[in-house]
Amino acid sequence: MSDARTDRDGLASPQRRHVLGRGLALVGGAVVGNAAAEKAAAESAAAPPDVPEWMKAPGADVGSEPYGSPSRFERDLIRNIPKSLPQYTSASSRTPLQDLDGIITPNGLFYERHHGGIPEIDPDRHRLMIHGLVERPLILTMAEIRRFPSESQIYFLECSGNPGFEAMTGRTASDLVGLVSCAEWTGVRLRTVLEEAGLKPEARWVVAEGADAAAMTRSIPLAKCLDDAMLVYSQNGERLRPQQGYPLRVLLPGFEGNMSVKWLRRLNVTAEPAHSREETSKYTDLMPDGTARQFTFMMEAKSIITRPSGTQRIARGFNEITGIAWSGRGRIAQVEVSVDDGQSWTVAQLQAPVLTRALTRFRLPWTWEGAPTTILSRATDETGYVQPHFAELTAVRGVKSFYHNNAIIPWRITASGEVTNGFLKA
Amino acid sequence: MASSRPRARSAEVDSASAREGAPGRRPGFAVGHGSRWVLAAAALAALAAAAQAGPRYGLGRPATQAEIAAWDIDIDRDGRKLPPGSGSVAQGRTLFAAQCAGCHGAKGEGGSGERLVGGQGSLASGKPLKTVGSFWPYAPTLFDYIRRAMPLNAPQSLTSEEVYAVSAYVLNLNGLVPDDTVLDAAALAAVRMPNRDGFRPDPRPDVPLRARPE
Repeated sequence: MSDARTDRDGLASPQRRHVLGRGLALVGGAVVGNAAAEKAAAESAAAPPDVPEWMKAPGADVGSEPYGSPSRFERDLIRNIPKSLPQYTSASSRTPLQDLDGIITPNGLFYERHHGGIPEIDPDRHRLMIHGLVERPLILTMAEIRRFPSESQIYFLECSGNPGFEAMTGRTASDLVGLVSCAEWTGVRLRTVLEEAGLKPEARWVVAEGADAAAMTRSIPLAKCLDDAMLVYSQNGERLRPQQGYPLRVLLPGFEGNMSVKWLRRLNVTAEPAHSREETSKYTDLMPDGTARQFTFMMEAKSIITRPSGTQRIARGFNEITGIAWSGRGRIAQVEVSVDDGQSWTVAQLQAPVLTRALTRFRLPWTWEGAPTTILSRATDETGYVQPHFAELTAVRGVKSFYHNNAIIPWRITASGEVTNGFLKA
Repeated sequence: MASSRPRARSAEVDSASAREGAPGRRPGFAVGHGSRWVLAAAALAALAAAAQAGPRYGLGRPATQAEIAAWDIDIDRDGRKLPPGSGSVAQGRTLFAAQCAGCHGAKGEGGSGERLVGGQGSLASGKPLKTVGSFWPYAPTLFDYIRRAMPLNAPQSLTSEEVYAVSAYVLNLNGLVPDDTVLDAAALAAVRMPNRDGFRPDPRPDVPLRARPE
């Protein structure tokens, strides 16, 4: 129980409990030394003096998996899918942030938010139409779109409600802010495609529409379209997954995720926003005075400690604190960590690369002496914006605005090393 | 040639504020703010002009007006693009029972689908209820959304007449049109929604920086 692996396993979340059969079992967050588990561990030991069985016969053949998948021992590292929703056509699943390293989200674990299910689109039959206030309305095939000059950029994508102000009850980092992911996107600048059609002088907005059953529609301000917006067809080196808009999606760095319209089929260049249902009754932020903020695009600076985090358990002694930070306004300038519930803050180390509008990994070495405490992280971006406390946000916005909650996330650590959501009563 | 084009105004503002690095300064990319858009109009016109240069890559083919008409289902808030046709509250009641009530409830009270009715006057309360009647600012958006996305299991299956009828019934359930209403393009565009003036531009960053407990 004192070797390095035990310490590491002690950090695992309950979802990965099966992995722990080797030495100890975690039941309901408690460390349990149990006779059956010890016996099983002895039988399967791959430690000296035994030589493990996987060295005594050849492994699987080259090409035994034409498209590779994770080790079967990692089979519980999956999307965090909510239980018992009334329907799953318009719903979301979350990235298991607490079990990932680095800044790139594997494609199979990228968060999902669909409004009319996941269409199965034949890329050869898919078309993109560009019309409205353009000189030359165009229809493009996917082959033609891939002929434009391409570029690859690493950007995060985050759902606007991550989480709602009245939904701070999650147990894990994923439960709380798992609607954020990050990938390397490849495609063409939206500006390049709009220039191909030629914008008329009165053009101010571009209304994007998906080819899904929701015909998802959002209006994008022209300045964003002519700046860093992309039309992307690849993610982390391979074609987009169907869940991420295959074969083509909009990618608006730093803006709320639903605006990066998936399964893109139409761009209508207009003088006014569409005022679609999604940008009037849905993705608007209700304030205490009964008015609602509209066109709240920007995802403000945010961070979360992913290890140690909720449902994990730490041992006394050395523990690395690590997590992710991001800002829709640009680069992360600094992440501070508090290990004394906000009384003092220490600047964490940022792992290169620190990219604009991408997840940034931070780390802080820490020795835990065993005293109960609460640990926090707060991000500052290159504009000087500092991630606020929940109380600061709600003092301005109340708790009914649902979207754009970028509050500091507290993790409580008990004397036994158990890590829980600091928003909940101890 | 490309290098002579002006860069996006937003990016310039963004980097300027980053250089100054002034905490609490409003970053230039809080693009939701209406007044900022008005101020940026001249710059945007210049950008749009720059993007009028002839096709550089010769990719794609022209979209015909017929093709555009077949795919363009966007309805603006003023209803100027609403199609011909009409539908009554009575027709909508029958359609709603058959196609909508399974998810939204017999009277739009909600179920697996969102609640559509009630909540007027509740938005500033501790229990705000956001429905078509209490929250939606523009009636033509009802037509747009129902046509493109409803019913959930068969979107774009309703005729224009049917969409007008269901829109009429949902508005009637909210007390916004009388029982004998027949809606067409002009009549739907003329319905004034109670929360029409309830929306504001994005004021963020909105949390005072230095009031923070350290």
